[in-house]
Amino acid sequence: MTGSSAVKRRRDTTPDSHLFPTRSYDLVKEFVIALAVVVVLTLLLALVFSSPDRKAISLQDWAKAAPTDVVATATAELAGTSGTAGYGAPYNHATVGQKIGPLATQQWGGVRIPVDAAKDLVITPLSEVVGDPGLASAVQEWNAAKDADRTAWATAYGDALAKAPGGEPAKVKAGKFGPVPVLTSRLLTLAASGSLQSLLSGSSYYTSNETKPLLLLADGSYLEEQARADHLGGDQWGMMNETGNFPGQPWMWLYTFWYQVKPFSTSENADALVWGLMMVLTLVLVFVPFIPGLRSLPRHLGVHKLIWRDTR
Amino acid sequence: MSRVDRQVSSSWTVRTRNRIGRTVPAGQWLPDRQPAYMRSWIYVFGVATLAAFVVVLTSGVALTVKGPTWWHSSSIGHFVNSMHLWSVELFFMFMVVHLWGKFFMAAWRGKRALTWITGAVAFIGSIGTAFTGYLSQSNFDSQWISTQAKDGLNAVVMGAYFNVLDPGQMLLWHIVLLPLVVGFLVVAHVVLVRRHGIVPPFDAVPPGAAPPVSAAAPPNGRAAPMPVTEPAPPAGVGR
Repeated sequence: MTGSSAVKRRRDTTPDSHLFPTRSYDLVKEFVIALAVVVVLTLLLALVFSSPDRKAISLQDWAKAAPTDVVATATAELAGTSGTAGYGAPYNHATVGQKIGPLATQQWGGVRIPVDAAKDLVITPLSEVVGDPGLASAVQEWNAAKDADRTAWATAYGDALAKAPGGEPAKVKAGKFGPVPVLTSRLLTLAASGSLQSLLSGSSYYTSNETKPLLLLADGSYLEEQARADHLGGDQWGMMNETGNFPGQPWMWLYTFWYQVKPFSTSENADALVWGLMMVLTLVLVFVPFIPGLRSLPRHLGVHKLIWRDTR
Repeated sequence: MSRVDRQVSSSWTVRTRNRIGRTVPAGQWLPDRQPAYMRSWIYVFGVATLAAFVVVLTSGVALTVKGPTWWHSSSIGHFVNSMHLWSVELFFMFMVVHLWGKFFMAAWRGKRALTWITGAVAFIGSIGTAFTGYLSQSNFDSQWISTQAKDGLNAVVMGAYFNVLDPGQMLLWHIVLLPLVVGFLVVAHVVLVRRHGIVPPFDAVPPGAAPPVSAAAPPNGRAAPMPVTEPAPPAGVGR
């Protein structure tokens, strides 16, 4: 026996539980009673409180409820200023993305779900439309233009929309916008017709991947406005809440907590930092039995006296 | 060794049976006796977690029968979904109380570290399973939670492989992959609990055994306690 193993032996002197006096105990009866109680509790809770089911917002709903937001979002996609356009991995190479100190963790996976915001979220679905010569001409002009011209048109139009009363495209003052006003207004028409969502979901007959429609919707402000009105914002403990007065995911309280406090709440790398911290804390939880100090803490806390009071 | 003995010793079936027998002896799978020191309501929460897990699985299976959107259009489907939701809430509530109870007992003592680890990883796996459930609801909550969660996952590489904006991928993780992982961990956890038994109180000494070093001279200077409330049963019972 080595010296270190001898020390280990002395440290954990917990005897075999099977050497202790026993008493009669019906495990199966305990489980059946527990199951019955849980079933009754679940039935009662389901009957009394039900469960939330707020309908999903379709791109058609969005276009009808907030048409100016759709136009502004489409313009931002074309200008390269939307959340998706400037996201970085795994969608594009626009930025390094989030980091933990010197570690550019967001980049590590590479661009595995490629999304070209202007092309995939605006131009490609518009290219599928037939019987609209004005749109076809605008798409052709956009495709033939240099990148610098595209960016200048879309940026100018975005600025003009921001200055227009209510962001109304009809109230935008004249400017050098190229085909952007036509493209964005037609995208709004396409969304309002209900066709845009299927065009974004993919060319396959069967689709289950909603990455592009969700990215477009999330780039607008309408989705967040709706969420905030339902106390689901990031600074409202949104990740653990759900619509209505339902408990949501309270087991995620610690993860959500970090987003509410500095330095995470003000950091550009909040997501990476919070995830990094939670990974460390998760490892601590899993390996508590091997962490000196922490593994001895329960003995000193004394809560065990409430559990084993009959044995003292 | 005879030819028959050699055949038996090389039999995979016999070896498996022996292995199972060594892991948890027959009397320990479903013992009708437990240590006398096991007298607290805190012990109920482990079995309550298992019971809630059964209800979660059953209501989840019921939801799969008519597909992922059934519960939006059927009052029965909505009720089954409500049962699924509330059984999950109960499952986590029981599991968290169970986990804290085991922490305060330092239940990893006596070669029970793997029991703790399987329980802790099952807890984390359960969080992932519940999370993918929220992403699979095909409603506003799914839209919002997925578009928010993608940033955290993308920030640490995971989003490149685990796309929360793909409800198809999330649904399969929710109803197949993660329940299999959690189910395996729960089974492993229960097997380990049955193998090692219930952790004794701090510094407890079995009848007739010499007090351990830490019991003879505990760090806080108190006398070492020893529960002897009932006589030991005959050998082999409740072991």
